[in-house]
Amino acid sequence: MESRAHRFKQNAVDSLANPVLQASMKKAKGKFVDKRAIAIKEIDDFEATREAAKRIRNQVIENLDLWLEKFEQTATARGAKVLWAKDGAEICRLVVEIGKQHGVKKAVKSKSMLSEEAGLNLALAAAGIQPVETDLGEYILQINDNEPPSHIIAPVVHKSLDEVADLFHKTHHTPRKTDIPQLTREAREVLREHFLTAEMGISGGNFLIAETGSVALVTNEGNGRMVTTLPRVHVVVTGIEKVIPTLEDLATLMRLLPRSATGQSISNYVSVLTGTKAEGESDGPEHLYFILVDNGRAEVVGSEFQDMLRCIRCGACMNHCPVYQTIGGQAYGWVYPGPMGSVLTPLYTGLENALDLPHAATLCNQCGVVCPVKIPLPELLRKLREKQVERHLRPWFERLAFRLWAWVASRPALYGLGTRFAVRYLEWLADGKGSISRLGLAPEWTQGRNFPAPEGKTFRELYAQRGRNG
Amino acid sequence: MSSRDDILGRVRARLNRTPENAAAGRASLEATLAERAQGPRPALPTQKSALTERLVEKSLGYSSSVDRIGSYAEAPAAVARYLAGLNLPPRAVVWPQLAHLDWAGAGLAVEARGARDRDLVGITGCFCAIAETGTLMLCGGPESPASVSLLPETHIALVPASRIVAGMEEAFALARAELGALPRAVNFISGPSRTGDIEQTIVLGAHGPYRVHLILIGDK
Ligand code: SF4
Repeated sequence: MESRAHRFKQNAVDSLANPVLQASMKKAKGKFVDKRAIAIKEIDDFEATREAAKRIRNQVIENLDLWLEKFEQTATARGAKVLWAKDGAEICRLVVEIGKQHGVKKAVKSKSMLSEEAGLNLALAAAGIQPVETDLGEYILQINDNEPPSHIIAPVVHKSLDEVADLFHKTHHTPRKTDIPQLTREAREVLREHFLTAEMGISGGNFLIAETGSVALVTNEGNGRMVTTLPRVHVVVTGIEKVIPTLEDLATLMRLLPRSATGQSISNYVSVLTGTKAEGESDGPEHLYFILVDNGRAEVVGSEFQDMLRCIRCGACMNHCPVYQTIGGQAYGWVYPGPMGSVLTPLYTGLENALDLPHAATLCNQCGVVCPVKIPLPELLRKLREKQVERHLRPWFERLAFRLWAWVASRPALYGLGTRFAVRYLEWLADGKGSISRLGLAPEWTQGRNFPAPEGKTFRELYAQRGRNG
Repeated sequence: MSSRDDILGRVRARLNRTPENAAAGRASLEATLAERAQGPRPALPTQKSALTERLVEKSLGYSSSVDRIGSYAEAPAAVARYLAGLNLPPRAVVWPQLAHLDWAGAGLAVEARGARDRDLVGITGCFCAIAETGTLMLCGGPESPASVSLLPETHIALVPASRIVAGMEEAFALARAELGALPRAVNFISGPSRTGDIEQTIVLGAHGPYRVHLILIGDK
């Protein structure tokens, strides 16, 4: 997928001005948050479980090469072929080759973020293989001219019922309907046909289990099961960081993933798939491929951003992010939105291609508090900001301003004078109204919100006063 | 250089891999695999009957329905009753494993095979059931095809009370003890399939079954 992250500011302005998106985001806002809050109460010791999950994920990343070799060995022993892809282009090349080799005309897909990273659908179509997204949300996006997803687990959270009704009416040539169960039924019937006729299934992988060489797939709709039960070829496309050691670790992580994602104690379907169809079995793929993808991940190993590789793609950080809740996911401009995306996009696509993303956060730490694998997201965002300054990627006037501030701040008398002056200036701007709608020196601050006018004295003045009064 | 060597090479470089620390790393990896440490677990009752109650309560919470009978011999009649209650025709596809039950005696026409698109009712057993979350564990195989719990609109599962375990950990331990290696398709099923993609409105019956009916055997 081509990144539009460099246009973040403009994307965000567009999102704020889109009334359908704004209404959809408002509707969704509390639901994920409330359900998660209830679901995590079922875990007696939620903190200890998060700590255990963090340990499981760290353990693998700290010896990632060895765990990958182990997984390769166990998966191969069960008849799977393990392939490796450096980047999106290589994912596309490998999947197309596999398709050609097995005479594939149609591929049904269950959600895979890696395939979004690679822009796999376009490559398949260009090679004469019809890709069909089968997750309801992803399907809606595909029939809307391959619109990008706006959430990693709820891809159409930004869309209204009316938009979906129009799309189905237009695409399926059926009478327009606005009943959600009826729309779901219609999609089920259209997609059932595709499941039965596709020769290849493509899925992501929530976890790769080193002990058994299996992939674990977590879905509610059952499309993950369809894609891996009916077609004769199954291709798993997933990141190299997805390995976990044992089935016991899967049990631990499954206590956190659905609760953090959708607020369910468990997802409707968890499939642990190992190897190819056994003798005498009436279903299951004859050929199983794993494509283990780097696409920027290897460089994060051993770096100060390594914590990010623990991510289990639950989406809790975006559900709880005030910025995400306001602008939606597409504004972030690449595959991953919200706080996790603001870290991943610059790391995977280059710091210089996503200059605004590390700033697209208030650092309120809601994300850090809810992350089931305890990724310190605000800290990583702050580190990315530092990197930008180090690498001279911030504009010269910003760098100059910070240097000036540092110079003044290290001179107390001057600093006190400066802040007193600033407060009086802001009061003058507010003109007694309590808030400021245009900040002359930093107009972006007040584009989507008002700036509160300062009240009374500066902290230093008050502190000095208190000191005098005892 | 192959992409495999390139990717692993870069990971090794980033981890400052040396022959010595590789040996130590491998030893700790094997120790982890041998130890199979469990994470913290939510407290669950230990008595069998309490686990059964938990399974029932959780299954109902996941929009499944539950019936309880005394023995396998009563299962065909229980299935017939359930289908009649839903006004469904007395026809089903059943796991070959369960073909020996007297389905015809209860007025049911069953076919023992994998499911096809138009099959309306699928009858399966289960490898075990997990009380913690109200989850069925099904192991695919020639006698227990995965399609039967997936394609039909109605999924009926026969669940022996003796096979109810506390959590996923016990389910995996049972699989290791009884099956050795994991079968190709292990499916954990908790209620009917669902989607919440359109305006976060939950709809049952996305791609899989609209209803899941558990018939608990042997705790009556
Ligand atoms: S960063 Fe944490 S909260 Fe966000 S998606 Fe990843 S695991 Fe979930």
